[in-house]
Amino acid sequence: MSHDDHHHELSFWRKYVFSVDHKVIGIQYGITALCFLLFGFCLMMMMRWQLAYPGKSLPVIGGLLGEAFMPGGVMTPDFYNSLGAMHGTIMVFLGVVPMLVGAFGNYIMPLQIGAPDMSFPRLNMMSYWVYATGGVIMLASFFAPGGAAASGWTSYAPLSVIATQGQTWWLIGMIFLITSSLLGSINFIVTICQLRAKGLTMFRLPFFVWAQFVTSFLLLLAFPPLEAAGVLQLMDRVAGTSFFLPEGLVVSGQQLIHGHVVAGGGSPLLWQHLFWFLAHPEVYVLILPAMGMVAEIIAANTRKPLWGYRALVYSTVFLGFMSFVVWAHHMFITGMGTKLGMFFAATTMIISIPSVVILTALVISLYNGSIRFNVPMLFALAFLPMFGIGGLTGLPLGLPASDIQLHDTYYVIAHFHYVVAPGTIFAIFAGVYHWFPKITGRKMNDALGKIHFVISFIGMNGVFMPMFFVGVAGMLRRGYDPTAYEANANLMYLVRLSSWSAWLLGVGQLPFIFNFVTSIFAGKKVEENPWKATTLEWAAPSPPPHGNFATVPVVYRGPYEYNTHDREDDYFPQHLAAEA
Amino acid sequence: MSADVLPYTVKPHPVTGVYSGKLGVWLFLASEVMLFGALFSAYVLTRTGAPAEGPAVWPTGEATHLSWKIGGINTLILIVSSVTMVMAWAKCKMNNLASARKYLIVTFLLAAAFLFLKLTFEYIPKFHHGLVPSKNNFYGLYFTLTGLHALHIIGGMIVIAYFIGPGAKLWEKDPEYYTNRLECTGLYWHFVDLVWIFLFPVLYLM
Amino acid sequence: MNSRRQTAKGVFVLAVLVLGLFAAHTWAQGTATAPKFSVPLTGNYGPHLPPNIANIKAQPYAHTVDKLINWLHVFMVLLFVGWGSFFIYCLVKFRQRAGHKAETRPIKAKVSKYAEVGVAVFEAFLLIGLSIPAWASVKNDFPSEDKNPQHVRVLAEQFQWNFHYPGPDGIFGRTSPEFLDAASNPLGLDPSDAHGKDDIYATQLHVPKDRPVIADISSKDVIHSFFIPVLRIKQDAIPGMRIPIWFEAGQTGNYEIECAQLCGNNHYSMRALMVVQDEAAFDKWYAKAAQGPEEFNEDDLD
Repeated sequence: MSHDDHHHELSFWRKYVFSVDHKVIGIQYGITALCFLLFGFCLMMMMRWQLAYPGKSLPVIGGLLGEAFMPGGVMTPDFYNSLGAMHGTIMVFLGVVPMLVGAFGNYIMPLQIGAPDMSFPRLNMMSYWVYATGGVIMLASFFAPGGAAASGWTSYAPLSVIATQGQTWWLIGMIFLITSSLLGSINFIVTICQLRAKGLTMFRLPFFVWAQFVTSFLLLLAFPPLEAAGVLQLMDRVAGTSFFLPEGLVVSGQQLIHGHVVAGGGSPLLWQHLFWFLAHPEVYVLILPAMGMVAEIIAANTRKPLWGYRALVYSTVFLGFMSFVVWAHHMFITGMGTKLGMFFAATTMIISIPSVVILTALVISLYNGSIRFNVPMLFALAFLPMFGIGGLTGLPLGLPASDIQLHDTYYVIAHFHYVVAPGTIFAIFAGVYHWFPKITGRKMNDALGKIHFVISFIGMNGVFMPMFFVGVAGMLRRGYDPTAYEANANLMYLVRLSSWSAWLLGVGQLPFIFNFVTSIFAGKKVEENPWKATTLEWAAPSPPPHGNFATVPVVYRGPYEYNTHDREDDYFPQHLAAEA
Repeated sequence: MSADVLPYTVKPHPVTGVYSGKLGVWLFLASEVMLFGALFSAYVLTRTGAPAEGPAVWPTGEATHLSWKIGGINTLILIVSSVTMVMAWAKCKMNNLASARKYLIVTFLLAAAFLFLKLTFEYIPKFHHGLVPSKNNFYGLYFTLTGLHALHIIGGMIVIAYFIGPGAKLWEKDPEYYTNRLECTGLYWHFVDLVWIFLFPVLYLM
Repeated sequence: MNSRRQTAKGVFVLAVLVLGLFAAHTWAQGTATAPKFSVPLTGNYGPHLPPNIANIKAQPYAHTVDKLINWLHVFMVLLFVGWGSFFIYCLVKFRQRAGHKAETRPIKAKVSKYAEVGVAVFEAFLLIGLSIPAWASVKNDFPSEDKNPQHVRVLAEQFQWNFHYPGPDGIFGRTSPEFLDAASNPLGLDPSDAHGKDDIYATQLHVPKDRPVIADISSKDVIHSFFIPVLRIKQDAIPGMRIPIWFEAGQTGNYEIECAQLCGNNHYSMRALMVVQDEAAFDKWYAKAAQGPEEFNEDDLD
């Protein structure tokens, strides 16, 4: 079937670097994103030293980073703030989303729908290279005079407008990343609509594909306002405009100058509205594909269909819609009145319902199953209570009255990290272990995987559970030195507990990295469907060749026919014709 | 993977009723609506929040130094260019590449005229009089909105030039595919025209 | 390399690193120190809500905030334990083992339906019964003038809090950014306005006990956030806006004011003290402070 039989063999560059094959692009996204995840994690590990031992010289690394950032091995508050801003930016935009959508989405989704590739392969390649360029720009910003962006990943104006040059690089980098996401999302939606195999109706799609489908709409429609806002902030910084600057600003004793006194008349709140209009749907972008992966792994390892498939699909779509109308729950403390406060609190309560439905459906799916506790399943199972904690702790934040006390404290950090870290990142680990055999034809080592799981589970909880307590006590986020407030003195033991857990968590990733790299070359070879799963990607060879399937598959049934038919095998793959 | 291997690149899909490129362009336009929508929202919020006096006061009418005549001519230019764009696609459907090409060239020239008028009679005189984006938020938004729109015009011109020139080779290989791509370009072009039809009254008449 | 060797290598390296981590921890314990503060805070602070010193009758929303947080957490723990128990039960009962196959009988999930409805009802109660009235109180229940509220303006800047009282004439002098001078005129008072002559500039927030306070929050430069944990109040200080809040302290003492919005490199130390005093002591301070900066020696922070 491979059309390229007629063509000459592609050059190294066309085959591995500037490839239009979704699988190569998926791997490119995957390796790049994993590197960024590790880098972002290292930034945080450095921050945690300063938090645990404020003002103390960081052993070994402290001496390496120069007098500008770490005089005498002690990080400056500016450097701390830029580590914080870049940790968030890198993890969200360079790590998690490219991994979930660019890597797993790109590699697995076309296989799961029986397609030979994405609808727009060259656009796909462009998406990757625009992302990679944005990533390089973000990394380069560390070398800008004054360091990288340091106004939080949220870049609130006016602070971000008066910040040093690194913020300009951040804005330019964001424009590249947003463009990459937009191009990618168009590709995903069109592919899912147009290239499904014969017989694969929408309600026979694996839930992972539905999750990617809704996620792509969120990316498509929510990112442009941030792109617009980014352009406006760039102009405020570079062209002297005042979109986000009110009149009469006096910074360090001087009226604000950009060659002339700034005209003013703008509003800092405009930035916040435009930013959060994207950034709230963005968090659903972070969780939906993760839920999709967890669902696939649970179905395969309980040997029965997912419970409530339709509920899962409708909840996901409803969640997508609702995610556009909750954004100002990040802004309760800006001076919001009763009407707006009530509206956004109500929508936030309502949006918790589909999340609970999805989580409950996944838990009920375990009932009456035959549960296999392999490494991907361990991570997928752990996702459920971890996401549960993250989701539940959103409630006190989503109600304005309780948010008064908790806004901008460590409670917020603990809430969203539970969702993204032992939530989404566990789902990413689960996905890596689960699909590694399809991508490489080999399995990863089980014992190392279990060790990775245990240390990660302990580490994640050790880092983030203490933060709920510290947040309720009033310790504020983005604080270079918690001991600057007397009230925090009795909390430092919890801060140190988080820090040591973070370093333990870091150490625990080494078996994973070692396992991942060595298994590519020396892992145990396995056949094409080692998990005995039903979805279409397992019908292709491991790894799939260019064009994916030797014969175009036809689909005869739903995605989770485990133990639903009387057969010798306890599963009935989607593409096998009915017998007799 | 090329067009003849990926299904529904040229022929429409039985369920969605469109070929892939068309669906892709509509989705792209949806995101562009959000992009310009965000800027229009910024315009509304900034204008209603502008102070009553001082350097940041919002100019209206004569004080904007915007000529509705120039803006009006530009509006007509773009509307006509949308018509010529459709005609180019229609001529392709009628198997007449030579005619289609002529219409594409006219479209390109009209777009160039739009940019010429904008630059010569609007941007450059404004810069000479110190009416720059940093003067106040009206000019800030005026230049951002029209500047972003102009970038979209330039983008469209590049694509049209491609289909006049090197892209026309596709007509020999697969005329239906070429026609579809013109249709997608046309959709984009109508959108860019539509944005201007909103920009003109908002900036020049209100 | 076979699986066993791979495992062994990985475990060995891991063990070395974990032991190293342990050794590092032992060493690092010697490096922790605590800074000293000259003014001790009033109240008991630890891994729990800070003391709540709001006057419960006059500022009930502060106590509703605590009620809401506490009830929510009880609710959340109940949900997590209930649902988590079902989860563990499934993991144990339905683990893969010989002679046991997965069954696909449809499950009558009545319990889950009742649980969902119960959860939604309780959430609605929390929203409508507690949060909405409390928030409305925060936004609307400003004390009327016959309650004799103390007015103060809070002007945030990088990196300190400035407090502006109207002085004995009860009227704030006109301020404008053009008059700002860090050394001589930190509030930017217009020298031509007579009402400003008796205005008080302070870097500690003095507040009378059992009398309401109306504070207008604003900023000179970037967004800060005025946070007093013991009063359960938090309001962003946004340049170009002046946003009022109200509160009433029910206990005397010294309490911290914190900045709750990243505002630059010294955000972490943008601290001020709130001094709650008996009416008599407050009046004495107020009169002395109104006499002008040369009479008035502000005993500042650490």
